[in-house]
Amino acid sequence: MRKRQPKTYTRLTHPLIRDSRDEPFRQASWEEALDRAARGLARNRGAFGMFSCARATNEMNYVAQKFARVVMGTNNVDSCNRTCHAPSVAGLSAAFGSGGGTSSYEEIEHTDVIVMWGSNARFAHPIFFQHVLKGIRNGARMYAVDPRRTSTAEWAESWMGLNVGTDIPMAHAIGREIIHAGLTNEAFIERATSGFEEYKALVEPWTLSLAEKVTGVPAAAIRELAHAYARAERAQLCWTLGITEHHNGTDNVRALINLSLLTGHVGRYGSGLQPLRGQNNVQGGGDMGAIPNRLPGFQDILDPDTRMKFESAWNTVIQPHYGLNLTQMFEAMEEGELKAVYCIGENPAQSEADSEQAVRRMRQLDFLVVQDIFLTKTAELAHVVLPATAGWAETDGTTTNSERRVQRVRRAVTPPGEAREDIDIICELAARLGHEWKYADAQAVWNELRSVSPDHYGMTYERLEQYQGIQWPCPSTEQLEPTYLHGRLWEADPARRGLPAPFGIVQHDPPVDLTDEEYPIRLTTGRRLDSYNTGVQSGSFASPLRRGEYVELCPEDAERYGVVVGEEVRVTSRRGSVVAPVWVDPALRPGLAFMTMHFPDEVDTNQLTIEANCPIAGTAEFKASAIRIEKLPVATIVR
Amino acid sequence: MTAIPLGVPRRLVEFTIDGQEARVPEGSTILDACRAAGKDVPTLCEGDTLRPKNACRVCVVEVEGSRTLVPACSRKAEPGMEVRTGTERARHSRKIVLELLASSVDLSTTAQVAGWIKEYKAKPDRFGPDAARLGEEPKVDNELYVRDYDKCILCYKCVDACGDQWQNTFAISVAGRGFDARIAVEHDAPLTDSACVYCGNCIEVCPTGALSFKSEFDMRAAGTWDETKQTETTTVCAYCGVGCNLTLHVQDNEIVKVTSPHDNPVTHGNLCIKGRFGYQHVQNRD
Amino acid sequence: MDLHFGDSKPTDDERAAVDALLGPPESSWEGAARDEMRAADLRWARGGRAARDRRDLLLPGLHAINDRIGWISEGALDYLCRRLTVPPAEAYGVATFYAMFSVKPRPATVLHVCTDLACATAGASELCAGIEARLGLGSGVSVERSPCLGLCERAPAALAIKAGDPVRTAVSAPATVHGAVLAASAPDAAPQEPPAAMAVPQAGDPSLTLLRRVGVVDPASLDDYRAHGGYTALRRAFELGPAGVIREVTDSGLVGRGGAAFPTGRKWQATASQPDHPHYLVCNADESEPGTFKDRVIMEGDPYALVEAMTIAAYATGAHKGYLYLRGEYPRALRRLEHAIAQARARGLLGDDVLGQGYAFDIEIRRGAGAYICGEETALFNSIEGYRGEPRSKPPFPVEKGLFGKPTVENNVETLVNVLPVLTMGAPAYAAIGTAKSTGPKLFCVSGSVARPGIYELPFGATLGELLELAGVRERLRAVLLGGAAGGFVRPEETDIPLTFEGTREAGTTLGSGVVMAFDDTVPLPRLLLRIAEFFRDESCGQCVPCRVGTVRQEEALHRIVDRTGAAAADDIALLREVGRAMRDASICGLGQTAWNAVESAIDRLGAYE
Repeated sequence: MRKRQPKTYTRLTHPLIRDSRDEPFRQASWEEALDRAARGLARNRGAFGMFSCARATNEMNYVAQKFARVVMGTNNVDSCNRTCHAPSVAGLSAAFGSGGGTSSYEEIEHTDVIVMWGSNARFAHPIFFQHVLKGIRNGARMYAVDPRRTSTAEWAESWMGLNVGTDIPMAHAIGREIIHAGLTNEAFIERATSGFEEYKALVEPWTLSLAEKVTGVPAAAIRELAHAYARAERAQLCWTLGITEHHNGTDNVRALINLSLLTGHVGRYGSGLQPLRGQNNVQGGGDMGAIPNRLPGFQDILDPDTRMKFESAWNTVIQPHYGLNLTQMFEAMEEGELKAVYCIGENPAQSEADSEQAVRRMRQLDFLVVQDIFLTKTAELAHVVLPATAGWAETDGTTTNSERRVQRVRRAVTPPGEAREDIDIICELAARLGHEWKYADAQAVWNELRSVSPDHYGMTYERLEQYQGIQWPCPSTEQLEPTYLHGRLWEADPARRGLPAPFGIVQHDPPVDLTDEEYPIRLTTGRRLDSYNTGVQSGSFASPLRRGEYVELCPEDAERYGVVVGEEVRVTSRRGSVVAPVWVDPALRPGLAFMTMHFPDEVDTNQLTIEANCPIAGTAEFKASAIRIEKLPVATIVR
Repeated sequence: MTAIPLGVPRRLVEFTIDGQEARVPEGSTILDACRAAGKDVPTLCEGDTLRPKNACRVCVVEVEGSRTLVPACSRKAEPGMEVRTGTERARHSRKIVLELLASSVDLSTTAQVAGWIKEYKAKPDRFGPDAARLGEEPKVDNELYVRDYDKCILCYKCVDACGDQWQNTFAISVAGRGFDARIAVEHDAPLTDSACVYCGNCIEVCPTGALSFKSEFDMRAAGTWDETKQTETTTVCAYCGVGCNLTLHVQDNEIVKVTSPHDNPVTHGNLCIKGRFGYQHVQNRD
Repeated sequence: MDLHFGDSKPTDDERAAVDALLGPPESSWEGAARDEMRAADLRWARGGRAARDRRDLLLPGLHAINDRIGWISEGALDYLCRRLTVPPAEAYGVATFYAMFSVKPRPATVLHVCTDLACATAGASELCAGIEARLGLGSGVSVERSPCLGLCERAPAALAIKAGDPVRTAVSAPATVHGAVLAASAPDAAPQEPPAAMAVPQAGDPSLTLLRRVGVVDPASLDDYRAHGGYTALRRAFELGPAGVIREVTDSGLVGRGGAAFPTGRKWQATASQPDHPHYLVCNADESEPGTFKDRVIMEGDPYALVEAMTIAAYATGAHKGYLYLRGEYPRALRRLEHAIAQARARGLLGDDVLGQGYAFDIEIRRGAGAYICGEETALFNSIEGYRGEPRSKPPFPVEKGLFGKPTVENNVETLVNVLPVLTMGAPAYAAIGTAKSTGPKLFCVSGSVARPGIYELPFGATLGELLELAGVRERLRAVLLGGAAGGFVRPEETDIPLTFEGTREAGTTLGSGVVMAFDDTVPLPRLLLRIAEFFRDESCGQCVPCRVGTVRQEEALHRIVDRTGAAAADDIALLREVGRAMRDASICGLGQTAWNAVESAIDRLGAYE
């Protein structure tokens, strides 16, 4: 077996600048680099976008969005949550007014039924899965819905291998079965939801047999899951990118939320909805306002009172409309409407679907400043590169995890060379652009955030230390809230119950990239246990599990194409073509292939994926491309 | 609607330790009570995140009415129990257990044991130069961690952490029987052919250094490992959204190993391969 | 579970052996061929709790492979694990725990030659040397020196097991080189074993209670059993009801015969009253204490008695499932009991409606695989459950959390068959047998330097001298071992020790499982002690330090002084005492706690090394 060390990246230790588009980088002083960056941004005011970082601290994200809104006067700020969980946030906030997962890890240890939908948490969220395993050991029954029989699915009472992109038919059929079997929670539907009748009519056509036809999963299996979920006293519905990375990701999320509304599996201890986040601070980045439609504390920009609060706190004027999200910013580059980007800690040149297109668009920018710890593929496109610190080991601050727990990160090692902390760099730029911000340290930033975000007000650094993290909402410095959200839905008093949660009226819409004779194989993507995203960080340690990038096929397809493990094949989609060695995985079935995006320098999987975006959240359909596999004329075996 | 479970209220159990009154919540072990009373009872196989295995028997105490000594780590306190922790009989067994272990296993990196050997006047050499030892060579079959079973006291903690108590990977088990019992993967294969997912949660619980980070193993071999020069800083892992707490052990501005707080509500001391070993990129400094 | 499997594949034979036990695999995930017939598997897979709950079939699965092939290959183990959803590492840990299994290739035939106490004194080492000279490499037979095979009345003994379909076994005892080689090379052609009654010198004596049917009834015939009073006790039990049965057993004064002498009635009552369900009954037939063979004789000579007794015990304690954990080295007892259970089932004496009383009960036999420790009650639970046979920490006791974590009553074979006379005679009449504190009849396993070795039934209270006389003790008696390897030696002149629990205790020794082994002065005592120490070293499970290392240090010290006496041995004797005391005080279970008993008694009582 091939045990390769992928491309390793070396830390940036000095600012780099490029005097013209065609010249190579040269080392620069901080003064020169910052001056250059400030000039580049200043001349593009009005055509600026900020890529903030879902892996940096809350404090950095707070300062970054403030930079966009106050210094640059725009709401064009977003981060890579767009490429993963934006649909979860969009779907959950549409239903409940708040974008966080509703439960806590500990609750899943004490639930009765766990549904893992489009989530290989065993690989992607191993320590969350330990809580799931505790639940299973305590007697919970777990159901897995996933095209592949993953390690997660192997723990399930029942695994359902549906066709990629048929989650809505599956969910609707489950909903219909619950209704027809008389297993709905009528009191909850009556008091805490709206739109049930419309939903009932919506799912009525989705009989078990129709669902079997569309999803490929036997009707009996769907029925069993419907009954298990509805009859459970407590149930948790967890999902990951298998739900969100579709052109209709938000609709998928709504379809799952509907099931919790039907059965009352939300807003109670042990019953809830749990989207598992891919980055250490993808939750916090959004909470801090590093998204185009929300201000810190997940407060809506369109709300005049909220705007007024921030305008007086920041002594500025906030644009009364949503900014562009990451996807829209890329489109605006194409149109020439977005000319300068300040990209902090992100690598869209490799992480975006249809990466060739992303690179081409970034080349068109008038000015790109990249702040990172490595010279990534994106940084290579920049005019100015600013060496930063690793958020998790070299800076102080906080991050927010998937269960909304805000936790302290602390500086353990000194950054190399002249690398500086993100917040310092942003403040230096702000100062050059006329805004002198004085933050003594990360705690000072945090306390400013607390003063404008009621949900975070109660979380002093002292308390975060004391409790090993606190979950939001935490409005009081004196007490802690329940571990789950939306308990209000169960209140008897309508005033305290608040807005009812609407059923999502969403239609099935198959993947955009259809399979046909020319592209007969459905390619889906995901993660492996020991690697992370584009591999820039995880590539540096010598994992005994790592074997590099492969296109994984089922044994039957490998036989059909006459290829063996390690043999290189050409993988082609309607957008691009790569050469990758074959791996055979019995967890797949004929017509279904799997790849990751962990080794873009070896095999750039995202040349194959489609940039078909969710119109609500902007997330691309990484999970469903149509490809063909071609045996190469001369067999090359990689071992 | 389900209320938040607060746990069943626990009664208090009253009994005596060395003649002194002790009151502990029902379900507490004798060891819990001893620790609460500030009494030092040596332990090796006991782990704060694991169910008591009571295999090492170094924590034995005398309980009135019991034919044999009882392990403090697993025996639950009962009303009216009379526990004596420092009797000649208990101390004798502890001394012999220390002698048996030290005569068969390399305890050089087992915390606290040197102090106990002195305290109990244990003489491991008394079994003579031909006393059987484990005599295992360190197994270095991957770049992340080393298994030096010459240091293994067979406390079962790694097996329990890898098994149903935490990781549920079941890569290792005790194989063989008696003095020949060893921690092994199936068919005694190298780790790289096993189910191991390199979470390192076995290292986290190993009390003897039989399991160690390759980084620590190499630094010890080079004579550069120096815990007095190390700092420990707890931060949050950056590899996914779960939010695992990492304690970075840093020596000379290099991360030399990663652990996790055992009382942390997210991890309970457990990590995955990325969190445990994936730190190298921050120190790719040249 | 996300199990990891290597590339090794099972052979057709290995697969067939497993499938014969478990039936064909239900899906390609479980190991069925992945073809068009299995396309549905790629859309829906069942697993979870039901899959994980089959762990207890691991030991039977290992037996199935070992019986068919003679050893357990990587491919076979992986296939079994796939079928049962058991992690291969754990299965490997289990397979390597048992002496009868091999995970390395070996010949299809294994000849176990007993080298334990009774056989050693009957010339086992010469026998071994002779056999090994005949059956060298390439002979197709692997010769393995074995702990006690439970054939002490016919020492020296050898047991041949030839893998195949079906597995074949043959016993040679008393074994000669020729006889043992014949048994190993052609087990089907080897002479039949003598009937079980040959081990009962008193056979046919009408005054016998427990042994009265051995040699009298046809052990295969249920009708014959019933013609000799069989199933009257069960009928009586149904009349009494569960509480009434427990009262009778309690009043009878019956105590456990396995060695611990715990009152049976109290154990049953404690189990019966547990609110948690189901309850289980376990019969401990893992008779492995060196020198003990009484349970084998009962099972071979009067198997229905055990089936009936188990039914009564289960009825009284509210169990509907009984496990009979049988020593792996008892092939004839296995055959007899399998037959008896099948017959009882066919006649409605086991099953959903026992004796038409609406009570459901059935028995499953589980075979041990060569591990003395599995005779320890909680180690036996772990063994049945498919884990390594390591004892559990007590409390909780089995009556509360036993097999599968449920309330369990576990009794030894001899204890159970005593229940039959308790019910047929009534408690008062039963209690009148023996002494006030040790009631009823007792079986003794007499072997060694006697003219008529075998199982003897005497009322409690008979003296050691009376028993030895009955067995025809030979001249020049040097020592008597009571209770087996875990017991203690007494001097030849201590013939008036009353053979009761309290009497032996007062005399500073133990009755144990009823072993009475006589040694004359031709046997060097230090050699015997060394054999005992080897036994404990081999049989220690390795879980706790005092036993795992202590038994090794004990053996090393005995080696050093095997030819020394007096001052030359004094230091090591002091060392032995210190280690022995810690083993007794600090070991988890009875194995470590008693591992020093016999040695200590030999030093203190017999003056060994003086």
